[in-house]
Amino acid sequence: MFLLDVLLNGAVLGGMYALTALGLNLQYGVARIMNLSYGEFLMLAAFMSFWLFTSYSVDPLLGLAVTVPLIFLANWLIYQIFLVPLVRRARSRDALEADTILFTFGLLFVVQGGAMLEWGAQYRGYSFLAVPLHIGVFTFALNRIVAFAAACTIGFLAFAVLRFTRIGTALRALAIDPESAQLVAIDVRRYSALAFASGGAMVAAAGTLISMFLSFNPTVGITFTLKALIVMVMGGIGNMAGSLLAGVILGIAEALGAYLVDPGLTLAINYAMFLLVVLLRPNGLFARA
Amino acid sequence: MSAKSLIAVSIGLGVLFVLPAALPHFANRYAVSLGCAILSYVILSTAWAMFSGPTRYVSLATAAFFGIGAYVMAGLASSLPLPLVLLIAGAAGFVVALVVGLSTLRLSGVYFVIFTFGLSELIRQLATWFQINITKTRVSYIFVKLGDNELYYYLVVLWAILLVTCALVQRSRLGFALRVIGQDETVAKHAGINTTLAKLSMFALSSVFMSVTGAIMAPRWTYIDPNIAFNPLVSFQVVIMALLGGVGPLYGPALGAAPLVLLSEYLAGRFPYHFSIALGICFIVIVYLLPSGLSGLLERLGVYLRPRAPLVD
Repeated sequence: MFLLDVLLNGAVLGGMYALTALGLNLQYGVARIMNLSYGEFLMLAAFMSFWLFTSYSVDPLLGLAVTVPLIFLANWLIYQIFLVPLVRRARSRDALEADTILFTFGLLFVVQGGAMLEWGAQYRGYSFLAVPLHIGVFTFALNRIVAFAAACTIGFLAFAVLRFTRIGTALRALAIDPESAQLVAIDVRRYSALAFASGGAMVAAAGTLISMFLSFNPTVGITFTLKALIVMVMGGIGNMAGSLLAGVILGIAEALGAYLVDPGLTLAINYAMFLLVVLLRPNGLFARA
Repeated sequence: MSAKSLIAVSIGLGVLFVLPAALPHFANRYAVSLGCAILSYVILSTAWAMFSGPTRYVSLATAAFFGIGAYVMAGLASSLPLPLVLLIAGAAGFVVALVVGLSTLRLSGVYFVIFTFGLSELIRQLATWFQINITKTRVSYIFVKLGDNELYYYLVVLWAILLVTCALVQRSRLGFALRVIGQDETVAKHAGINTTLAKLSMFALSSVFMSVTGAIMAPRWTYIDPNIAFNPLVSFQVVIMALLGGVGPLYGPALGAAPLVLLSEYLAGRFPYHFSIALGICFIVIVYLLPSGLSGLLERLGVYLRPRAPLVD
């Protein structure tokens, strides 16, 4: 029964990883921007939800309607103002990657430093739906269940949009080949900006959901960036369904590792998995050989 | 390195070396300790640029090697003579770099960045875990009597060795191979360069200098714990310093390291968050305005100022 608890907590966390990895995959797989400040927007969304809840008693699920559009807009502006010049001047994909890594590193420090100045280093959290939910003999925290359900809904919605709409098709075409996408009249800059901003929206949603059940401070961003990266690589770059699945796998593996081995070694488990995947299956767990 | 710049560098090093001895009254303890901080970052960023400059592999593993050196010092300083400890520290860094490099230098681009960062964090977590669960201590004390003055001399000597090594490597086949890899790795492979071997040897060589620096700097703390020794900020600062200075010429990283250490000395203690913002802005400025760093800017100025510069020296 205890093991089941562990598995469930792992799955909840995995749902969050899945969402962040999906967003990062939109930014890196589609827009071709390696965004190392990605997790900072998760942190910002968590703080926004915190203030909305504690100052204006806005339910974090309703708060999504504030955090997601705001961070979507912020990311769209970042793409248009800062990243377009880099995309224009880049001679190769490697050069673009080096430039964007440096730029987003800078952004990471600026956002994190600003957040530290504003809010200080102490961990914050709020109590939302922190009530036990009894199903048969099992007891679950309601906020985790709600967060997980919301993450699943958002993940599937995003997946459906990518799979079945015109915009989604255009984005997938960009992921496969941005050069040829232009031949079928896809406006690369517009859709890249859209993909980048949507990635931001995903991470904002994840941040809001995470703030419901985990405490956070301005430094948590980088951890989520790293995990999103690991999950994205595990699932395969450009493979959206892969990201969703790999996220849940990582969450469960982490929870199991913390339970069976030692909670101090979760990061070690993360990197061991990352290295194994990169060395053995560099195109992702689910790539066709 | 041309004969002229060789002379300039030797004069500079000579001045650095005699400075505290010649000015015992002016060079107070604070100045010497600041000098140590600057020199250590100059060495770290020059060593970083030695590998990452030509290959364009952005490594964030500096803190890992620095910490390994610091821990070697903490473990052996009381039982072995200092030069031997430094040699062992260098050797430890070399071996770890070989093992890590063999598995990771196949990665490129962002994979390499993330993995090297993860490596430092991983070592930090493992060291913390080890100290809490196995040795049951939180910190390692460093029992060694070494003043800042002696550390300073060690650092000057290390920097001199590093510069000579860099200059030799730049002129060697290895240096050429690395530059080709930086321009286009596929081409390098087709030209018959053993890219893995070239990258691996340079990665290991630069790690030696990082580890020795860690060992030299360790006595400045009376004790170390994994969070001090493997501080990830070191890795980030080193990248910014090297890029701010420019990774082209040998003196480039030093140009970036000195002002940033002064800035961190001024800001990091009192306003750590302002310092973080300043670092971030540095990154952004480098990307948009100074793609070849301060040294690139200087050399461009030099070209404008010289009446008719010959194209080759």
